Amino acid sequence: MKIIIVGCGNVGSTLAEQLSKEGYDITIIDAKEQLVNNLTNTFDVLGVVGNGASLGVQIEAGVKEADLLIAVTRSDELNLLCCLIAKKAGGCHTIARVSSPVYSKEIGFIKDELGLSLIINPQRAAAREMSRILKFPSALKIDSFAKSRVDLISYLIEEGSPLCDISLKDLRIKIGCDVLIPIVERGTEVIIPDGNFVLKAKDEISILAESRNAVDFFKKLGEPTAAVKDAMIIGGGRTCIYLASQLIDMGIKVKIIEKDKARCEELSELMPKALIIHGDGTEREVLMEEGILQTNAFVSLTNFDEENIMLALFAKSLTKAKLITKVHRISYDNIVDNLELGSIIYPKYLTAEIITKYVRAMHNSMGSNIETLYMLNDNRVEALEFLIKEDSPVIGIPLIDLELKPNILIGCITHRGQVIIPNGQSKIEAGDTVILVTTTHGLHDIQDALKLV
Amino acid sequence: MNYSIMIHVLSSVLAFEGLFLLLPCVVALIYGEAEGLCFLAVALGSIIIGGLGRARKVKSKAFYSKEGLVTVSLSWIIMSLVGALPYFLTGEIPNYVDAVFETVSGFTTTGASIMPDVEILSKCSAFWRCFTNWIGGMGVLVLVLAILPLSGSYNMHIMRAESPGPSVGKLVPKVKTTAMILYGIYAFITAMEVVLLMIAGMSFYEAITLSMATAGTGGFALLNSSIGSYTVAVQVIITIFMLLCAINFNVYYLVYARKPKEALACEEMRVFLLIVLISTVVITFNIAGMFDNVFIAFQTAAFQVASVITTTGFSTADFDKWPELSRIILLSIMFIGGCAGSTGGGLKVSRFIILLKSLKNEIVSISHPRSVKRVHMEGKVVSDSIIKTAQCYLFAYVIIVIVSTIVISVDGFDITTNLSAVMATFNNIGPGLGMVGPTGNFSQYSIFSKIILTLDMLIGRLEIFPMFILFSPKMLRR
Repeated sequence: MKIIIVGCGNVGSTLAEQLSKEGYDITIIDAKEQLVNNLTNTFDVLGVVGNGASLGVQIEAGVKEADLLIAVTRSDELNLLCCLIAKKAGGCHTIARVSSPVYSKEIGFIKDELGLSLIINPQRAAAREMSRILKFPSALKIDSFAKSRVDLISYLIEEGSPLCDISLKDLRIKIGCDVLIPIVERGTEVIIPDGNFVLKAKDEISILAESRNAVDFFKKLGEPTAAVKDAMIIGGGRTCIYLASQLIDMGIKVKIIEKDKARCEELSELMPKALIIHGDGTEREVLMEEGILQTNAFVSLTNFDEENIMLALFAKSLTKAKLITKVHRISYDNIVDNLELGSIIYPKYLTAEIITKYVRAMHNSMGSNIETLYMLNDNRVEALEFLIKEDSPVIGIPLIDLELKPNILIGCITHRGQVIIPNGQSKIEAGDTVILVTTTHGLHDIQDALKLV
Repeated sequence: MNYSIMIHVLSSVLAFEGLFLLLPCVVALIYGEAEGLCFLAVALGSIIIGGLGRARKVKSKAFYSKEGLVTVSLSWIIMSLVGALPYFLTGEIPNYVDAVFETVSGFTTTGASIMPDVEILSKCSAFWRCFTNWIGGMGVLVLVLAILPLSGSYNMHIMRAESPGPSVGKLVPKVKTTAMILYGIYAFITAMEVVLLMIAGMSFYEAITLSMATAGTGGFALLNSSIGSYTVAVQVIITIFMLLCAINFNVYYLVYARKPKEALACEEMRVFLLIVLISTVVITFNIAGMFDNVFIAFQTAAFQVASVITTTGFSTADFDKWPELSRIILLSIMFIGGCAGSTGGGLKVSRFIILLKSLKNEIVSISHPRSVKRVHMEGKVVSDSIIKTAQCYLFAYVIIVIVSTIVISVDGFDITTNLSAVMATFNNIGPGLGMVGPTGNFSQYSIFSKIILTLDMLIGRLEIFPMFILFSPKMLRR
């Protein structure tokens, strides 16, 4: 599949890296020669220097043969123009990044009238991810499968948790809950565990379960399962607006600390229900006065990564509040992860992830059977959802007899809308969807998971 | 430097060379030659050592520009050292340094020989000689990139270090696909020439060896008289194919992609053909008196011009006996060479155009100090960094030519011989003027001079910088 990416900023380069590694033919366009050179030197992509909205440049980049154009420059308007021209010139699918809240209410109209396939709003996507976590604060990260019937939840095992030193095959008996643990991250290692695997404190596990079972499971662990009651947000940028509105809709009390007076007034106009504090959120005194000790959740959304991380560290030392930290720079993610700040949101990563998902789905509609695909644990694990066709060789065989390649696990079967967390006796029927969890990349069909006979 | 991945790539190259060495074995089998056993031994040795090296675990995939340059230079050196073994083992070239000279001359598509009599070579050795021309023309690492799943970011660094031209671009987004397309075009052109030569009455063996030597713009021939004893039809076919292979392969890709208009608009190709035409016409008039009629003179001049500018180095006449004007024209077009992105050597036409245009701009800016002018080529602005690199390249080029000429002058030959010997090896042409002219060869030079000329060939083929980095120990340190 041929893809053109306009804009080689953070999102553009993440996309170029990810998509070229997945084997797509990538052409990048940017007006800055240096950026284009850097990318073509590091990844297997073709570069074109020029204005991405120019027809000549697009034709040079091969828009006529391209299947998809992704516009992720800084400017919303330029992105939309790129897509519009590509649509008319090449008739390809188009994805634009549009982040201004001004357009966000009209996004449906823009998308339909300009014939875009997808409009991505990084701030809004980040806000959605944050609000999802605040709704279920025990989780570090939540992904949904099978039309949101199944959740994959990351969770950090703390010292003294009932999960410590339990082997996975005893899990059902000891905890008494129908969940599966398909991925364990221990230190830097990512493991697809088998039944004899023993959980330890500090393991970051992923839990695959039907949504209500997940709630049950966390209740049995003694973790809070209800949404947080109130949240303190530092920094009143765009992400803050999206997040605060979503939280207010969910009935969560929101307190926003913003240092610019005019911005405070704007925020107050937009969200009358929120409590807006005019003050420097990085000042210790301000935070103490505004009740950092009592808050349920602490979200740092300033424009500086360093400030956000400092704030989160500060909050961590004082309270047990749920921490969410926004970090822009993705190059140092492993260092940030080591700080154990709870949930960290990388808006740029998130954008790239959503677009990658779309590209995969588009590719799949051209041939393979993957319904959804998630990259987990720093892209080291894939969770794939397959639709089982009638002629599939896996039909009717108990799972225990299916010879799977190593490091592949069948996590969940959806049979006529019924979610089954499988055991050795479960069988797959035609028309089911199956979720595979694997560290092997590049599976295109469930057959690929079977050992070659 | 990440040695583990470099060993991985170098082992792949060695294993590939082992596979190539099996081809002469097949030739030996067909003609029942005992020399084939030497090739077989070297082939198996390379495959085993290369295979073992490949089996080693790659610790880190970090691969940057420096690793790319060093890997490519080392690959070429290893290939030459190993490729020389069969000549040495069969005893056809008793001195190993001579054997290395002959092999480097093959891989770098120079076509200069130290053999006074090439007709004594066994068929398998002669085949191997011409095959080194073919594989060296497009580059072994490009072939490795096309075939092996060397996924990851490093393939572009390798491709850039090995492919000739001021700025190496890709035809399509993927290096692997680009390499496959290039080799596809290359193989197609070679096959076409084989068919045409066979129609012109050649045997299959002759047709395939000469086609490989032509397509690679190498110039190793089977006879001492090079192409001189073949029919006019054969000479014309070879003239055309020499020129075809020295044109930027992008042009063929554009033809293949059904963009004939853009293909014909290629500025580099037009300038190249113009230089060929002008040189041929001038030389034709200059030498017309030496031939029966002007057509033979034109055909002979065209062949020699094509042979020299494409840096092939075949000959049908002893151009060393031609008048001074013709000789100096031939020496000058040695310097220009073929187009970038082709199998030809030399300075490259595109670099020549860039330098000429930047010179023109410089003159304008002297008279109008405030003027701002960019260099355009193929309808696009050439970036300053490319111009700067081209200028440095030219300077390095001149220095190498001068230093090499001084060094080999120790042997005491005349200046025409020495200068043209350096030009002919450094630009990967083959025959020069004087004692190294079409009827002569490089065997009279001392061992020391041969080593210098061998290095010149490698430096010229890899376009100077990769080899320079290899010889600057500071760069090699971690």
